[in-house]
Amino acid sequence: MHIEFHWWEDCPSHEQAYNLLQEALSQTGIQATVERIEVKSHEEAATLRFPGSPTIHINGIDLDPAGAEQNPVGLSCRVYRLPDGRFSPVPALEIITSALQEAQRKEQADNGEN
Amino acid sequence: MAKINIGDQSSPFSLKGVDGKVHSLADLSQGKDAFAVVFSCNHCPYVLAWEDRLIGAYNTYASQGFDMVFINANDPVNYPTDDFDHMVSHAQEKGMTFPYLHDETQETATAFGAERTPEVFLFDKEGMLRYHGAPDDNSDETLATKPYFRNAIAAVLKGEAPEPAKTPAAGCTIKWKS
Repeated sequence: MHIEFHWWEDCPSHEQAYNLLQEALSQTGIQATVERIEVKSHEEAATLRFPGSPTIHINGIDLDPAGAEQNPVGLSCRVYRLPDGRFSPVPALEIITSALQEAQRKEQADNGEN
Repeated sequence: MAKINIGDQSSPFSLKGVDGKVHSLADLSQGKDAFAVVFSCNHCPYVLAWEDRLIGAYNTYASQGFDMVFINANDPVNYPTDDFDHMVSHAQEKGMTFPYLHDETQETATAFGAERTPEVFLFDKEGMLRYHGAPDDNSDETLATKPYFRNAIAAVLKGEAPEPAKTPAAGCTIKWKS
């Protein structure tokens, strides 16, 4: 499994989100390579279609594709919604673990088909 | 780095609000025992997480001689969701009953030394800064245990010094024009 962690220096939530990602990997026992990608300019953000910091892609798919669509592309903090509807600068741990487990299931299914 | 320090006077301002009127420091402070300037915006997740608590503090103390304004200084060109039209709709959506002002030139944010959203500046009836920083100790409401802003308002209304007087403002950076 390959994970891309996209972040912007000026948004203070990236360390917390990275720690949540590590916690989710630990809880699920999923093995993954984590690539940290710093987004440094409006141009890079536009090229990456960066919906704000932090953004996590699991095997190329956003952790929360619907949520990504709600955020403007650019150098800003990303707005996440917690399961209870509250706004947050980071995704909920359970959202990350669910996305990891779903990606793992998909990988296993794809490997099974092959 | 803050340019208004604890004990300093507020910097004057005269800014257009979402109600279409111009609001000044004098409008905000006249006849008030405490008033707050909160640098805010429309999109920042920290603002969105803390906003109801800020509005709740206003609602609690507005009848006790307290007043408040939100000021949005973000660059609307690179951040169009922070433009004036979005301010108007956001204020309506949140039912704001206090002014939400547009610092279009960013001069007010610069004069205050504001760096983050949200960032709270609380003044007493003499116009002296008494509390500066975060609304409380955690943007996650379920983890917040220290209501710095609410406690500071209560203290200032009693003529007492807030403790703490200063906390680190946590949130998105103000989006400065390039």
